[in-house]
Amino acid sequence: MSMNLDKMKQTLVYPALLMGSVSLLVCSLLLLTHNLTAQPIADRQREDLTKLMNQVLPSNAYDNQPLDQKYQEQIADKQFIFYRARKLGKVSAIILFTKTSGYSGDINMLVAIKENGELSGVRVLSHTETPGLGDDIELAKSDWILGFSGLSLGNPEPKGWAVKKDGGQFDAFTGATITPRAVVKGVYEILQLFKENKVFFLEIKDATPDTDTQKTL
Amino acid sequence: MQKYDYKEIFKSNLWTNNIVFAQMLALCPLLAVTSGATNGLGLGLITIGVMIFSSLLISLIRPLLTPQVRIPIFVLLIAALVTIADLVMNAWLHELHKVLGLFIPLIVTNCAILGRAESYASKNPWFPAVMDGLATGIGFTFALVILGGFREVIGSGTLFADASLLLGDSFSVMELTLLPEYRGMLLVVLPSGGFIMLGMLLAGKRLLDSYFKSPPPETSSHSACSID
Repeated sequence: MSMNLDKMKQTLVYPALLMGSVSLLVCSLLLLTHNLTAQPIADRQREDLTKLMNQVLPSNAYDNQPLDQKYQEQIADKQFIFYRARKLGKVSAIILFTKTSGYSGDINMLVAIKENGELSGVRVLSHTETPGLGDDIELAKSDWILGFSGLSLGNPEPKGWAVKKDGGQFDAFTGATITPRAVVKGVYEILQLFKENKVFFLEIKDATPDTDTQKTL
Repeated sequence: MQKYDYKEIFKSNLWTNNIVFAQMLALCPLLAVTSGATNGLGLGLITIGVMIFSSLLISLIRPLLTPQVRIPIFVLLIAALVTIADLVMNAWLHELHKVLGLFIPLIVTNCAILGRAESYASKNPWFPAVMDGLATGIGFTFALVILGGFREVIGSGTLFADASLLLGDSFSVMELTLLPEYRGMLLVVLPSGGFIMLGMLLAGKRLLDSYFKSPPPETSSHSACSID
């Protein structure tokens, strides 16, 4: 047997066959693991998303399951993923994923805006800012990000939507102005986008509280 | 049958031939992860798991391998194991995965695993191969925790911060704030500081080694210097 194997190893096809069968084996193993873990992973991600939503939107603001329907739309040349929270059939708030350019790469944020244009909450999901300087935008490091709750386009006035160094009302961090400036700008732009597309986001034309019809742009 | 000296395997992989402190391998994941001791411990534990399984698998298929395709097969197996570990952790150890998720794919880039597969597992029976994988993994974890610990204490004044996220709430006693009101030292947290700290630790290991080694006898000539 081992003599046979040694002889086979000398042939030209043996390495190819070996490589092929190992690849096949590895692929089936991966496929099996993927199938086994797909559902639990989806469940865990849904739990994470629910936790995040609860952080930016009080549970009395809606009576549906906002996460059941995910909307993905192209607005002003940018792709947005968002969810509509409804109360008594009307959209009461939207929860929207957005990003802004920080000091070193994108800062990904989750923003919840009430139907009257007021911010319900903002959270930074991930970023690559300098640790120790720019990471005060994380709730784990400082409560700076909580300062956005309750603000809207008119509160403060447009010139107040900047860091204190630029004459605005938001604190900058020691040694890091670019990071908070980027977050303030990103939030302000999202509020403007909401105002300009209010009819779409709140489904105002859609008089009947029909959750099945999905509007497409 | 050949006798395997397991004590020697562990001693070699943990200290004299440590994958980081002696062989200078696996520096990419090492420097990326060790901004804190907790991250280092987490990556180390997963690496131990991957190394045990990769050593076992490679040792088992050893008779089938040919020199021409052995390296691609090692890489394929290691990459598959890491992907499986990633998926399984995401599904059933989700909290841990959130802390370490970013670093798990880095394990594939760990040349230590491929190195052990090539130099040990592909030449030895499965049990010594598994022991070697375990010992190398522990040696790597040791290096990660030491470097992470030093960088965390000097860089931010804490030790094992967020360990409860990694190991569960009962381990929150591990989380120490050694230097309260410490402003932190950013350089040490950044990758360049990692290089500097690694250099200092290497120098420290040399010092320890030469301190414990008995001084060479006066009579020995230069040519008698050992090269191991």
